[in-house]
Amino acid sequence: MATEHMDRFRREGRIAIVGASLAGLRAAETLRAEGFTGELTLIGDEPYEPYDRPPLSKSVLLGRADPHRTELPRRREIDAKWRLGVAATGLDLTAGRVRLADGDEVEYDRLLIATGVRARPWPKEPEARLDGVFLLRTRDDAAGLYQRLRAGPRRVFVIGAGFAGCEVASACREQGIPVTVAERAGAPLVGALGGVIGGVAADLMREHGVDLRTRVTVTALEGDGAGRVRAVHLSDESVVEADVVVVSLGSVRNTEWLDGSGLGAGPRGIACDAGCRAFDFRGIITDDVFVAGDVARSPHALFGYQFLSLEHWGNAVAQAETAAHNMICDGADRRPHLWMPAFWSSQFGVNIKSVGVPPMGEELMITQGSTAERRFVGVYGHKGRVVAAVSFDDTRWLEFYRRAIERGEPFPVEYPTLDRRPENRRPVPADFPDPSLPTHGPMVTLSGYSPADTQLVFHPARH
Amino acid sequence: MRLVVDLNKCQGYAQCAFLAPDVFAMHGEESLVYDPQPDHEQRERLARAVAACPVQAITADGVDGHGASRGQEAPHGH
Repeated sequence: MATEHMDRFRREGRIAIVGASLAGLRAAETLRAEGFTGELTLIGDEPYEPYDRPPLSKSVLLGRADPHRTELPRRREIDAKWRLGVAATGLDLTAGRVRLADGDEVEYDRLLIATGVRARPWPKEPEARLDGVFLLRTRDDAAGLYQRLRAGPRRVFVIGAGFAGCEVASACREQGIPVTVAERAGAPLVGALGGVIGGVAADLMREHGVDLRTRVTVTALEGDGAGRVRAVHLSDESVVEADVVVVSLGSVRNTEWLDGSGLGAGPRGIACDAGCRAFDFRGIITDDVFVAGDVARSPHALFGYQFLSLEHWGNAVAQAETAAHNMICDGADRRPHLWMPAFWSSQFGVNIKSVGVPPMGEELMITQGSTAERRFVGVYGHKGRVVAAVSFDDTRWLEFYRRAIERGEPFPVEYPTLDRRPENRRPVPADFPDPSLPTHGPMVTLSGYSPADTQLVFHPARH
Repeated sequence: MRLVVDLNKCQGYAQCAFLAPDVFAMHGEESLVYDPQPDHEQRERLARAVAACPVQAITADGVDGHGASRGQEAPHGH
C-alpha cells in the first residue's frame, strides 16, 4: 500500500482477528497501541474472554487457581467487536470475508489468523466418550479434570509423557493420587528435549511415585456398564485399572476451516514469512492475511531459515506483536519475527526451562551442575554451533546461553563454566527420536524449508 | 484484577512471594505459582509485587485504578 493508502487504512480500515486467545488479544492491543483506529473484530470459538492456558495444567490442578478465573490481564482498551462462542468456518480470500458457524460473515481489509491448536483427541470415539476420559486444553477441560481429581480417584492414567502429561502426573502425585503414565518413546519429554534429558525426567517421575511405562502404547480404554472408564489396555498386554484417563497426545492445528481457501494451510499449520504474512498454496505471499501463535510456522534466520512451529506462550505474544505491527505498516517499516524460542514447565518440584531449538541439536553437553542432583544446564549443539540450552532449577544462567545461541558460538563448549563436572567435558548424543517417527508431538517442530512441505505428518497409532 | 507472569522472564527471585504471599508462592526451588485473579483486597500488595519484580515479569490490570484495564468490569471481579 502507498503511504496515503496506509494512513487511510490505519484510520478507517477493517481488521478481523480469528482466534481470541493469547495471540489474538495481544495483537489487538498492539494494533490499537500503534494507532489503528478502524474497525476491529475478534472471533473466538470458545465463549470466554481470552484466558491464560499454562495455569490449567499446573496451579489449577493443584487447587491454587480457579479454572474459570484465568482471564488474561489487558494491556489497554481495544474497543473491538467481540464474536465469542462462534467458530470461523470458512475464508473467502478474494472477497475478504470470514464465514462463521452461525451463518454470519465478517468482512475485512486485513486478516490475522491466530486459531492455535486443540488437543489431539483419543482416536476411538466410543472410548473417548467414556465418563472419566479427559483432554486438557481448554478451561472447561481443566474444570472437569480438577473436579474429578478432588473426588479422589483410585488411579489416574495419563496417555503420553509430553510436558502436559508430565504436569498432570506431577499434580496428581502432589495430591497423593496414584498415577500411571504410558509413553510410546523410551522416556518422557524426548520429542522436546531428547533421550538424555528424558532419562532425567523419567527418574524424577519414578522418584515421585509415578508408575511410568515406556515403549508401550495404549490399545484400548475399557468402560463399565454405566459408561465409565474402568481400565486401560496396553500393547504389552498388561491392563491397568483407572477411573480417570487423561489423553495427552499433543495437539492438532486448527486449520480445517481454511480447507479450500487457497492458503498454504494444513496439518503442520499455516506457512508464513518472517513478517507473519501467510503463503498461499502456491507458495506466494498474500499481503492481507497474517498469522501468529501456535498455528503459524515461519522461517527463522538463526536456525538455518527452517520453518519453525512453536507452541510456546512467549512465541504467541511476540509473533502477535510483530504481526499486528506489520499489518499497519508499509514495507520498510516492517519487522521480522526473530523471537528466541523459549518455554518453561514446572513438574515434580523442578523448574524446567529452555531457550533455542533443542530438537535441532545432535549433541548435548551438561555444562553446569549435574543431572543426578537435578540442578543443571545442558547445551545442545548442531554442526559446531550452540543451538539450544535447557535448565533444571538453574534458570538464571539461561540468559547467558541465549546470547551464545544468538552469536552462534561454537559447540562443544570449550570455555570454563561455573560448576563444570569432570565427567561432563565431552558432548554426548542428545538422543532425539527420528523426526519421521510418530511421537506424542514435540513442542517445537522442524518442518523443512518449503512452505508446501507436508511430508512430516503425524500418524496416530494403529491398533 | 487479573494478572499473568511471563515465566520465561521469571528468575525465581521471589520478591512477589514475599510482598504478596496470598497471590504468589514459590513451588520448589524456583518455580512460581500464582492466583491469576486475586481478590481486590490484595490490590496494594499486588501493586508492590508488580513494581518490585527485578525482571518485570508480572502484568496486571485493575491494580492502579486508571489506564485501560478492564479489570473493574470483569464478571468475576471482587
